[in-house]
Amino acid sequence: MTAAVLVLAMALTTMALRFLPFLLFGKHTPKYISYLGKVLPQAIVALLVVYCLRDVSVVSPPHGVPELIAGGLVVGMQAWKRNAVLSILAGTIIYMMLIRFFS
Amino acid sequence: MIKKAFYKTIPVMAGYIVLGSGFGILLHNAGYGMIWAFAMSALIYAGSMQYVGIGLLTGGASVVTTIITTIMVNARHLFYSISMIDKYKDSGKYKPYLIFALTDETYSLLCDDDGEANGSINRYRFFVSLFDQCYWVLGSVIGSLLGSMIRFSTAGIEFSMTALFIASFTEQWIESDNHLPAIVGIVSTVMCLVVFGSENFLIPSMLLITVLLTILRGKESVEK
Repeated sequence: MTAAVLVLAMALTTMALRFLPFLLFGKHTPKYISYLGKVLPQAIVALLVVYCLRDVSVVSPPHGVPELIAGGLVVGMQAWKRNAVLSILAGTIIYMMLIRFFS
Repeated sequence: MIKKAFYKTIPVMAGYIVLGSGFGILLHNAGYGMIWAFAMSALIYAGSMQYVGIGLLTGGASVVTTIITTIMVNARHLFYSISMIDKYKDSGKYKPYLIFALTDETYSLLCDDDGEANGSINRYRFFVSLFDQCYWVLGSVIGSLLGSMIRFSTAGIEFSMTALFIASFTEQWIESDNHLPAIVGIVSTVMCLVVFGSENFLIPSMLLITVLLTILRGKESVEK
């Protein structure tokens, strides 16, 4: 029962965060908000990349080498083929091989 | 249309089924079965929050603590929504679900498609969002059912999430003439990671990014 209330609280709070900007600015979007909408995606995707790699340690083995090689491969593949599925697949497979090699 | 949406979501499929399973297993081990995994993934649908939520459930947290924690962990969704206001403006009957289902990954799939809102692109965005949630719900239910039976020979497959963001970042970099937002994003986040540590840097990073981009906008309009 208590657990159900907590799950509901998490669900409603998350929903509120997602809907709030639309309720506040949906009818008439101020220029400043439109500007943020245009530039934020690039900055936030950059943030998410860093977020995913936040626990990679440079000082202790394997010094982030698997992440560096696999990440570099994703960048290279994407720049070359412009096919996200292909880039992600290649990067992930190489990464899975690398962490076995380095452990 | 549906096929195109499905193809677009394939990278998320692998990530969500793996991460969803991880969540389902942990939740199962905490004493909450399949119904709970299904309910949380269907209703909350926010990956990192659901992981944190397991701790709240087992620790017997209060409703107030739960709400505050949810705001902290999920504040970034405010920013996703802000940047999608224009795109979702005329999405009609799809709009409530599109907003509800705006996760990190769905956002990264949809933020760089450059279509104006119209009938077919709304349907496309709806199916991308729906497919992603199906993977997530499916993953968490599988995880819950298998419980501790899964052998983790799949170590490293979680990199698919990282790779998804890196590919999306690279694509936006190639497509865009102005790389300043991307650079601001990286520099701010790395700085906040160093200063605040890996547990607490998300919110400061978002604030710093917003402040810096605001300052840059001011400069731009002065130059013009």
